[in-house]
Amino acid sequence: MTPPAPPPAPPLGLLAELTHRCPLQCPYCSNPLQLEGASTELDTSAWRRVIDEAAELGVLQIHFSGGEPTARRDLVELVRHAAGRQLYSNLITSGVLLDARLMAALAEAGLDHVQLSFQDVETAGAERIGGLPGAQAKKLAAAALIRESGLALTLNFVVHRQNAEHLPAMIALGEELGAQRIEIAHVQYYGWGLVNRAALLPSRAQLESTTAEVEAARKRFSGRMVIDYVVPDYYAERPKACMGGWGRRFMNITPSGKVLPCHAAETLAGVEFPSVRTASLAEIWRAAPAFELFRGTGWMAEPCRSCERREIDWGGCRCQALALTGDAANADPACALSPHHSVMLAAIEEASGGAPDFVYRRIGADPKAPRRASVEA
Amino acid sequence: MTEESVVPALARGVKFRFDEVRQKWVLLAPERMFVPDDPAVEILKLVDGARSLAKIIDDLAQRFAAPRDVIARDVAAMLADLAAKGAIRL
Repeated sequence: MTPPAPPPAPPLGLLAELTHRCPLQCPYCSNPLQLEGASTELDTSAWRRVIDEAAELGVLQIHFSGGEPTARRDLVELVRHAAGRQLYSNLITSGVLLDARLMAALAEAGLDHVQLSFQDVETAGAERIGGLPGAQAKKLAAAALIRESGLALTLNFVVHRQNAEHLPAMIALGEELGAQRIEIAHVQYYGWGLVNRAALLPSRAQLESTTAEVEAARKRFSGRMVIDYVVPDYYAERPKACMGGWGRRFMNITPSGKVLPCHAAETLAGVEFPSVRTASLAEIWRAAPAFELFRGTGWMAEPCRSCERREIDWGGCRCQALALTGDAANADPACALSPHHSVMLAAIEEASGGAPDFVYRRIGADPKAPRRASVEA
Repeated sequence: MTEESVVPALARGVKFRFDEVRQKWVLLAPERMFVPDDPAVEILKLVDGARSLAKIIDDLAQRFAAPRDVIARDVAAMLADLAAKGAIRL
């Protein structure tokens, strides 16, 4: 008999997905395929209680996200509430709804940082990817407003085979707009990204050139601008430590109040996720079965169980294991030690042909039946 | 080597505060955080955007009764590291 596990250390970060409503339709959106409608969203008082519980549990940073969080009329009030609880607050936004009045109100309420997304540097390409005509000019205007407010600014670029060549121009735009930080994040292939994988997966040559350009830019901007880089794991030999390990650092709350160990966790069919409507965040973090499911190393099978990296990568991503191997408890197939590793090579092969049309992210879209994009059986 | 006349400051969007839950000082920055060790905490408490590096070193050398050149080396190294990570402006 094994002794009972000690209680988990408190979470560091909370991703608050205030809404799934969004004017953009990016085909790699990290929201689930089954988007939640406005009528199911938590109300202001529920979010205020969640923020209180998060602060008491030990959360240090709250990320207000969506969908588009500025679509919520109570965003300023929630930011103010988080600041009152000493939470470091981050707004993750597309910027297209941000005007001078809202920016001033957010800064006054105590917002600490804004992460502004760009789909590309060139207007036509960016708006084709985001699916919203007129978005690019609004984003550039939003960047200026954020800069003038005095808040820290991160530019976020999601990169893939259709924009990877623009990476030097993306970094130049970050410098021009006065960003403190740039995030170059390759698409992660879950949910919408997986549906659109054949249109988005970069070639190995594209990946290598973006990696080299990021490394050179990091040297060039050292001490002036931070450049963070997220790689796709289709070309990797070892998986990434997804979320720093299941239920170790991070919680995600969906617009309707479901609490997830990562934003893609709802792809794990059959797992019942707890809700802030029926339990406190502390109860959920410490004891909810969904958080215990893949916490630590006890759930692992081989090759993870005896692997010396089991507490480094925590077996990789559970959602990717399910989507590509059919079992969430398998090793992430990104790992070369996985018996399923060849599925990554097959996907690379599939994506080396012509790019199919995007299946855009829309509430009510039917991604399970795309016309031309390919999905895993 | 950093000039001692420089006035270190927390970078934009960076906060340094005591976390009651963990009973530890934490440095919070855009999408990242640091838990500084005890010597680093003593240095960061003096980083206020007004004191020069020379003044910070003087203060620590006096309080910890340590040779000034040893303190100077440690402080400069710690701040240079955090500057490279974007948390401190030098």
